[in-house]
Amino acid sequence: MSITSLDTDIDELTLTLVADFDAPIEQVWELWADPRKLERWWGPPSHPATFDKHDLSAGGEVAYFMTGPEGDKHRGWWRVNAVDPPRSLEVTDGFADADGNPNDEMGTTDMTMELVEHEGGTRMKLLSTFASREQMQGMVEMGMVEGLQGAVGQMDAILAE
Amino acid sequence: MVVDTPPKSDPDAVFRALSDPTRRDILQRSADADLSVSRLADAYPMSFAAVQKHVAVLERAGLVTKERRGREQLVRTDPGGVRAARQALDDLEETWRGRIDRMTGLLAEDPNS
Repeated sequence: MSITSLDTDIDELTLTLVADFDAPIEQVWELWADPRKLERWWGPPSHPATFDKHDLSAGGEVAYFMTGPEGDKHRGWWRVNAVDPPRSLEVTDGFADADGNPNDEMGTTDMTMELVEHEGGTRMKLLSTFASREQMQGMVEMGMVEGLQGAVGQMDAILAE
Repeated sequence: MVVDTPPKSDPDAVFRALSDPTRRDILQRSADADLSVSRLADAYPMSFAAVQKHVAVLERAGLVTKERRGREQLVRTDPGGVRAARQALDDLEETWRGRIDRMTGLLAEDPNS
């Protein structure tokens, strides 16, 4: 079990994660710094991610899309606020429209990631902060309504067989 | 700041509520703006009472709340966004659990990469 702690705070709108890996810092950093490795874990198996832009320098931009089971594409982006390889990375993370233009209405999160040596391996500390409650509501409504409509639609199709 | 713990939503009730196209439409409309039940009723070829029943199903599923303003009852999706905030955090937590599993798997798979 590599997750040491995972806490969410409803007042601060944050997620705080501590995970320990049995690997040196450089190797854990590579999971973020190498887009071919990053795309093997960023998206869930149902929605694998493809990174078509990956500039992890300060002020740099990262762009990706996740491909759903129906071939549906969901675009996202990061803006790199600070980076100190192989120790830390701070990005703002958001959604984008089909052309890759940032869609701020869909909400952004600020993510700070830090790697430290820990008991012969690497400890990854991650803090993710949502920009606002309103944005979270938008995200959830969209996801929930679309997701459940999809599920209900599938149920209808199965029942009709 | 005091935040009430939102009621745990019952997935069956949510599915039931969303299995009806009128209720999905009500949810969509009230997400865009707070609408009164009578305003909503104007949008559908059915009685006020029928629309009110649909709203009640959504309310029981925890998808909307009703708020009295003057003589009108406004249908709101999640007051204050508390439930949405909880859900967004839960979704993100679930996302990161999956990501950490996959990162662990990748690191174990090819230790020399």
